[in-house]
Amino acid sequence: MKETIQFTLNGKPTSIEVEGDRMLLWVLRNDLGLTGTKYGCGENLCGACTVVVDKEAVRSCTLPVREVRGKSVTTIEGLAKDGKLHPLQQSFMDHDALQCGFCTPGMIMTAYALLLKNPRLTRDEIVAGMDDNLCRCAAHKRIIQAIESASLQMR
Amino acid sequence: MEDQIHSGIATREDFSLRRRDFLKVFTGGVVVFFTLDPWLEGQGRRGYPSDPNAYLKIGEDGRITVYTGKIEMGQGVITSLAQMAADELGVAVESIDMVMGDTDLCPWDMGTFGSMSTRFFGPALRAAAAEAKAVLLDLASRRLNAPVANLTVDKGVIRVRTDAGRSVTFAQLAGGEKIARLVDRKAVIKSIAEFQVMGKPYKRIDARAKVTGEARFAGDIHFPDMLYARILRPPAHGATLRKLDTSAAEKLPGVKVIKEEGLTAVLHPDPEMAEKALLAIKAEFDTPAPQVDTESIFDYLVKNAPEPREEDRRGDLATGEKSASILFEHTYMNGYGAHAPIETHTAVAKIENGKVTVWAATQTPFPAQQEIAAALNLRIEQVRVITPFVGGGFGGKSSGSRHAVEAARLARTAGKPVQVMWTRAEEFFFDTFRPAAVVKIKSGIDQAGKLHLWDYNVYFAGSRSAEQFYDVPHNTIRSYGSWSGATTGAHPFGVGPWRAPGANINVFARESQIDIMVAKAKVDPLEFRLNNTSDKRMRQVLQAAGERFGWKPGAGPSGRGYGIACGIDAGTYVATIAEVQVDRASGQVKVKRIVCAQDMGVVINPEGAIIQMEGCITMGLGYALSEELRFRGGEILDRNFDTYEIPRFSWLPQIETVLVKNDDLPPQGGGEPAIIGIGAVIANAIFDATGARVFRMPLTPARVRAAIEKQS
Repeated sequence: MKETIQFTLNGKPTSIEVEGDRMLLWVLRNDLGLTGTKYGCGENLCGACTVVVDKEAVRSCTLPVREVRGKSVTTIEGLAKDGKLHPLQQSFMDHDALQCGFCTPGMIMTAYALLLKNPRLTRDEIVAGMDDNLCRCAAHKRIIQAIESASLQMR
Repeated sequence: MEDQIHSGIATREDFSLRRRDFLKVFTGGVVVFFTLDPWLEGQGRRGYPSDPNAYLKIGEDGRITVYTGKIEMGQGVITSLAQMAADELGVAVESIDMVMGDTDLCPWDMGTFGSMSTRFFGPALRAAAAEAKAVLLDLASRRLNAPVANLTVDKGVIRVRTDAGRSVTFAQLAGGEKIARLVDRKAVIKSIAEFQVMGKPYKRIDARAKVTGEARFAGDIHFPDMLYARILRPPAHGATLRKLDTSAAEKLPGVKVIKEEGLTAVLHPDPEMAEKALLAIKAEFDTPAPQVDTESIFDYLVKNAPEPREEDRRGDLATGEKSASILFEHTYMNGYGAHAPIETHTAVAKIENGKVTVWAATQTPFPAQQEIAAALNLRIEQVRVITPFVGGGFGGKSSGSRHAVEAARLARTAGKPVQVMWTRAEEFFFDTFRPAAVVKIKSGIDQAGKLHLWDYNVYFAGSRSAEQFYDVPHNTIRSYGSWSGATTGAHPFGVGPWRAPGANINVFARESQIDIMVAKAKVDPLEFRLNNTSDKRMRQVLQAAGERFGWKPGAGPSGRGYGIACGIDAGTYVATIAEVQVDRASGQVKVKRIVCAQDMGVVINPEGAIIQMEGCITMGLGYALSEELRFRGGEILDRNFDTYEIPRFSWLPQIETVLVKNDDLPPQGGGEPAIIGIGAVIANAIFDATGARVFRMPLTPARVRAAIEKQS
């Protein structure tokens, strides 16, 4: 059964007619054309599909779209403002904190949520907060450095 | 002059139709074709066509387009190849556009693997760029009325040396000109002393697209009328379909069911509806009784091994056995491993006017093109494979293109564009796994700790990185079967190359065996290695690693948890030292620090090289500590990342990398070498910490605990 779901997507009021039990990931990718959010495992295990809903990092592959009704959803496409990259995005570039780039949107969105809650992250907090995001190219060292550096800039 | 060159090319009989068409539509600019075969012999296996089959274009807007059959999957050649072209041409890296892995536009290439892009494609590309610059200098010479010797090139501008006011840009030269030139071997490329862009650290040129979500991967290709496919899969390899009932799926609104030879699929505009339709299919399979499993595979492989190939022999084993005073005989094992890229195999196929275009996540676009053409009974030119960014490969997207063939077949039958994106479970099922392998070594030393005997037998890993660099008078290396699935029916499912194929177990076995002898001789492991090799490059990387680590000599087990290992891969020498902490009760290993020193010849992009080393080291923790695919016959028991554990942030040790300068040697491999010693170095460090030796990777807590218990 289709239902109307209104929410804020990357700062813009959005209204869609969809089956409410569809997963947010596929609605974003297929219906809304936001393909920066990736499918990696489908079971909350890799973090490639991470988006931020009302300041919380969530896994869009297992989140029914009706759960975001009335909420604010931010995807990787919504971080840069007027062509200016978010400090985290710039920091990932400056630290070469990516290789294939497939896990990168999920990494950045998870880190973004961590920084929203606590702009003064320690290295240990970064490691703990990022631990459920998988990167097979193994850019871990530079991802930690990039988040540390962005955290310093955003204070 | 350009007319001569142009007609010279155009009349070549072997000049492919495609290139001729290109010249017809090519309105202006400078194009350099280059023959790849002389440089690419190193890729081996298949001959290259003799037509000029690659090009580099200087556009009328002054932008340079580089066409390469290589693909970008994270390893960074998009940047290092751009650096090479920029340096030879005399332009900024920023003015280069890379077109990669498009079979209609790019030169034929067997694929991106084996750390070969920089070594073999690099020289060809550099020669083409050098030749393009020569063409532009000729043009500039006439335009500026000055001899070529009196011209300089910088950032796309050619100036008269004695009168900087007289200048012309590449864009001005390329505008309105129609020039093509064939490169031969005589193109003069820069010497290292002349490098301006190569040899300097450069940030990835694809980074911005990747941090904004704009980077397109195969699954991001979308068409309004596209259908998502989900495909019926067997429960185990070797299972055959006995009964099929798709009636319930067919009743679901908007679902299209396709049943073809060996392919049953459901299609829908919404991927989740396709998934629901798949679940509505009733299918029964006959599954053969399992013959082997995760534990029994090693005995099975040794028993079913083909005849060995002798890779190396010097001296005489019997003599070596007599002259050695202490003999050592051990067996080493490693199970199957998954590639597990975060991007699963994905392909989108679209058919227009009889031509199939497939956007595919692949390391091998040209072999994929061939495979699709064969499967659909089309001519090769009726198939175009385009490779967007690839979300990790590690060898797993280089053995066959089932996903691309599936998308193409379904698109043809459905009459609409089709996307096939494997689920994680499908990825774990159809992966061409790193094969399980066994190494048996008999070795011997004398009382002074000198090597006398090395009798090395490797089963199903091949002999990569098994080559002997220790000074052993009596040495034999035999290889039974390779890592390639094509050579044997021994494995219950598909196998193939995994980052540095076979090298990881070969180095694990050799360096463990060396360490066992070191401990028996009660000498320092670094000193023992230095005493037993006269190979200068190996000695240098060992010393460099020891220096950076702050190695203090001591015989093992010292209780400090220090390990050392070294090896050669893709022409690159690497020495690794690790420090670990072992919880004796649980067997849990924490890797605290890894130092890696590498001699890779000339370094094109030091930043990129170091990133590859860090990636190798971190990824290596997985095969060393946790990664082992569990299976029963053809049934794969690991289906996602909950049970198949890959490295995480919390596993990360302190990583230090050292590039040992060696500018006398052309660039060697960079994407794989630093991974080869990680299993060995951790095993040796575990021994140094506990006195316990583990002979089977991964070095799981259970195996480490068992080894500790056995020893006490």
